[in-house]
Amino acid sequence: MSAVHVAGVSKIFNQGTPKQVDALVDVNLTVEPGEFVSLIGPSGCGKSTLLRLIANLLEPTTGSVTVNGKTAAQSRLDQDYGMAFQQAGLFDWRSVAKNIELPLELKGWDKDKRAARAKEMLDLVKLPEFADLMPWQLSGGMQQRIAIARALAAHPPLLLMDEPFGALDEMTREYMQGELLRICAETKTTVVFVTHSIPEAVYLSNRVVVMSPRPGRITEVINVNLGANRSEDTRAADNFFAGITAVREALRGTHADHANAGAIRGVEDR
Amino acid sequence: MNRLRNFLTPLAFGLGFLAFWEGAVKFFELKPYFLAPPTKIMSQFVENISRIWDAASVSGMNALVGLIAGTVFGIAMSFVLSRYRFLGELITPLAVALNAIPIFVLVAVLNNMYSITSEVPRRIMVSLVVYFIVLVNVAKGLTQVKSTHVEIMRSYAASDSDILKKVRIPNAVPYLFTALKISAPAAVITSFVSEYFGGSQNGLGSRITSNIANSKNAAAWAYVLGACLLGLVFYAISVVLENVASRGNGATNTSNK
Repeated sequence: MSAVHVAGVSKIFNQGTPKQVDALVDVNLTVEPGEFVSLIGPSGCGKSTLLRLIANLLEPTTGSVTVNGKTAAQSRLDQDYGMAFQQAGLFDWRSVAKNIELPLELKGWDKDKRAARAKEMLDLVKLPEFADLMPWQLSGGMQQRIAIARALAAHPPLLLMDEPFGALDEMTREYMQGELLRICAETKTTVVFVTHSIPEAVYLSNRVVVMSPRPGRITEVINVNLGANRSEDTRAADNFFAGITAVREALRGTHADHANAGAIRGVEDR
Repeated sequence: MNRLRNFLTPLAFGLGFLAFWEGAVKFFELKPYFLAPPTKIMSQFVENISRIWDAASVSGMNALVGLIAGTVFGIAMSFVLSRYRFLGELITPLAVALNAIPIFVLVAVLNNMYSITSEVPRRIMVSLVVYFIVLVNVAKGLTQVKSTHVEIMRSYAASDSDILKKVRIPNAVPYLFTALKISAPAAVITSFVSEYFGGSQNGLGSRITSNIANSKNAAAWAYVLGACLLGLVFYAISVVLENVASRGNGATNTSNK
C-alpha cells in the first residue's frame, strides 16, 4: 500500500469565472512508505496546492487522492499525517510543551500520556530544556523544530511540509535539513516536502518532483542517488552536484534541448 | 536614581504651578468667583470630603456598573458576530461609526424614558459607550486569526468549536484587554458628562454644575478635584489592564518577526 496515491487530479479555482485559475492539471504521483519526496517548481506551479490536496485542506476538482489506502478526507480525520508550514505557527499563548501536546489534546489523550509524549518529542528535536518556555523566547530555527515536533507528536506515518525552512538563514537551514533527515530516519516517517531550493530538494529527497506553472503540472520526476546515510560530506559529493544539475535542467526545461543540440552538432561534425 | 528624578521633576513642576496659581490670585487680587486659590479649594475639599466621597461613589458606581455591563454585552455580541459573518458585515461598520460620534448625548433621551431619580439612564449610557469599544475589538480578535493556525487545526481534524476554544478565544484575549484599557477612562468620563443632562443631582458632574450655578467657585473646584481623583482610580485600572494586554501583545509581536 502506497503512502500517498494521487491519480488524475486537477484543481481549478474560481471555475467558470473570469478569475479561473488552472492550479493543477492531470497530476499523477505515488509516494511509497518511508520515501522522502520533494515538490519543486517556480511560484504558481501548484506545489503547495498539491500538498494541500494530499492534506485534504482542499478538495480536488477531478481525480482522487488516497493516503495510507484511505481517502484523503478519512486520513485527515484519523490524523494520519502531521503538517508543518513556512511559519512555525506556534500558539503564542501556549508553552512549548503545550504546543506539542495540541494534536494529542484533540485526539483526547489524558494529561500524563500527553506530557510523556511531549517530553519524548522534545528529546527527539534536541530541545528538552525548553519545555516551559513560551514560543517567542525561541529563535526561528528552534520554533521550527518545535513545529516539527508538534507535527510528529501523534506519530503519524506521513509528514507534509510546506517550505518549512524558507524563512531561516542558510546556516540554520542546512542544520535543520540534517536534523530532519535524522528525525525521519529514527521515526521511519514518509515525507512530502515543498521547497523552491534546488540543493535542499536534492539533499533531502529520494525523488524530486519537478513542476511547472500555467497550468500547474508535473514535468519530470528525478531520482536522487545519494543513498540512505547522508551527512555534511554529501554536500561536497559529485552525486549531489549531478542531482542539482539534473533538477536545474528539468526546471529550465532544457533537458530535451540539450539532447537535440548534441544530436544536431553530431550531424554537422560528421 | 533616574526613577526618583522621573518622579520628582513633574512633582516639583506641579507644586510650582500651584504656587504660581496661588501667587497670581493674591497678586492680582482676583475675585473668588473668577478664580479660587488652591489653598481655598483644598480647605473646601477637606470641609466637604464626606459629600465629595458620596458624590464620587455615585458617579464611580455608575461608571463601574456600565463598564461591567458594557463589557459583558460587548463580548456576547462579538461572539454572535464572529459566528454569523453576514451579521458582522452588517453591524461592524455601524458600530465603528457610532464609536466615532459622541453618543453620550443620547442620555437626554434615555432620561425621558426613566423616572427622574433613576441612575439607570446614566448606566445604560456608560454601557453603550463601553459596549461598542469592546464589541469592535473583541470581534476583531475572534476573526483575525493567523491562517496558518487555522490550517494547522484543520490538519488535526479540529472541529469549529475546537478552533473557537483553542485559537479564536485565546487570540481575542489581548484584544479584550486593549478594549478595557480604552473603556475604563471612557466609562468615567461618560458617567460625569451624562450627569449634565438632568436627573438626580447626586454625582460629581451635577455637584460641579450646581456649585457653579450658586457661584460657589471654590466648592466647585473641590468637586473637580474629586472628579480628578476618581478619574485617576479608573486610569490606574486601565494602566494595570494595559500591562496585562501588552504582555499578551509583546508575545505576539516578537513571534511575528
